[in-house]
Amino acid sequence: MDTLNILVVDDEPGMVSGIERVLRDMTVVLPDVNTEVSFRVQTAATGEDALELVRTEAPDILLLDHKLPGVSGLDVLEELSTLKVNTLTIMITAYASLETAVTAIKCGAYDFLAKPFTPGELKATVRKAVQTLIHAREARNLAKERRQVRFQFISVLAHELKTPLAAVEGYLDIIRNRSAGDDPSVYDKMIERCSIRLEGMRKMILDLLDMTRIESGQKKRELVDVDLTVIAQKSMESIANQALARNINIALHAEKPVHLLADQNEIEIIFNNLISNAVKYNRDDGRVDINITELPDDQIKISVADTGIGITKEDIGHLFNDFVRIKNSSTRNILGSGLGLSIVKKIAYFYDGTVSVDSEWGKGSTFTVILTRKTPENEKISPNP
Amino acid sequence: MTALKKVLIVDDDPDILDQVEHVLKANGYEVHAIDTAAQAEEFLTAHQPDLAIVDLMMEQMDSGFVLCHQIKRLYPNMPIIMLTAVRAATGLGFDAKTPEAKSWIKADCVLDKPVRSEELMNSVRKLLQA
Repeated sequence: MDTLNILVVDDEPGMVSGIERVLRDMTVVLPDVNTEVSFRVQTAATGEDALELVRTEAPDILLLDHKLPGVSGLDVLEELSTLKVNTLTIMITAYASLETAVTAIKCGAYDFLAKPFTPGELKATVRKAVQTLIHAREARNLAKERRQVRFQFISVLAHELKTPLAAVEGYLDIIRNRSAGDDPSVYDKMIERCSIRLEGMRKMILDLLDMTRIESGQKKRELVDVDLTVIAQKSMESIANQALARNINIALHAEKPVHLLADQNEIEIIFNNLISNAVKYNRDDGRVDINITELPDDQIKISVADTGIGITKEDIGHLFNDFVRIKNSSTRNILGSGLGLSIVKKIAYFYDGTVSVDSEWGKGSTFTVILTRKTPENEKISPNP
Repeated sequence: MTALKKVLIVDDDPDILDQVEHVLKANGYEVHAIDTAAQAEEFLTAHQPDLAIVDLMMEQMDSGFVLCHQIKRLYPNMPIIMLTAVRAATGLGFDAKTPEAKSWIKADCVLDKPVRSEELMNSVRKLLQA
């Protein structure tokens, strides 16, 4: 239950008490934001009184008579515009002249009511103002929430970038002061570790760029007809060396080409992330099996199964969040940005899709992405992820 | 000749673990390097090092804080150094200097990563003398 402050300004006592009576018993229900609004009514008979009240506490809605003795309605409106408040003004005009209404709207009034008006007309006008006010407030809250999420994201990001930096700086300090003894091979190993950590940072920055492009919506999506099996092949080739080094066998199972109207780059990101995870978190001499199948209802299922270390039930819950990397003794030497799966999830969203995982600790994991083909029947605007 | 002082290092970053180990060994300490708070806890039930160097963010955001509490409960006099990148990265200010902070941060001193070898060794020596 919300209460909004309404200030009624009119020099006719009958008008003021009439409006007051209607508003006191009135409530506005807004089911979309799940709230009900009632009113606290204050009144003033002159522009001077109105200005004083506005300055001490700006009302949410101002019902303002145009024609007042002394300071006029338009003067009050002008003063209000300098106060930087969120007050919505409904101008009450004595004559239903278009000219007065236009002037009032130009001066920042939200709406106008022409005298004489019925209680029904008053209620309808106020209801409209309430909707505008509450929706604007919701939008402000949402923007504030977004800023907070952004702040959190940046804090975590700073930590994730500082960690490898600290590792590299630490090694440089030791190398510079030769504080690890006289064996040169120890220092060689440290230099090698520095390169690996820097490579990890580079990967994280690239992932971040991918993610920013996806989230900002600024990246132009080029939807063309792609064959998912061809993209999967390409992705396998790019990871082949890494897999070969640990004798991991990658196989693609698809009976025929699987076509989808998609952004080539986005699909590449999905395959690259899933396949490289399946290799990174695998055991030596393991397998990676990629299946691409058509489902009914214009859906496509991509699954990537590995024979790796698996994920515990507790860890699965937050696996798809930003910067989540599963930390345990089996993963400690595996580098990653913690953004890959979060990016995959965001992309899947563009295709009305889902990402899920099925895993057994110590046995392996299967990641499944379902994408929906856009057809004239199911065409709709995707919500933002 | 007296026995070497034993230092436990707990950090989930293999490189930081490696570096601190090198520096301490070069300075004549016996080192136990462990990469999870859980394993450190287990180690501590059977061993009593002379000093512990603990990272903050490990399995959980606050693993280091929790581990410090557990160490002090087992060995109230064991000095602890907390080594973290969190303060500098987030601007979150905490240290173990005021009585209020000491009431919940059970580390005897907090150092920021990256830490220079001399700075770390100064803190280690100071805490082991006290």
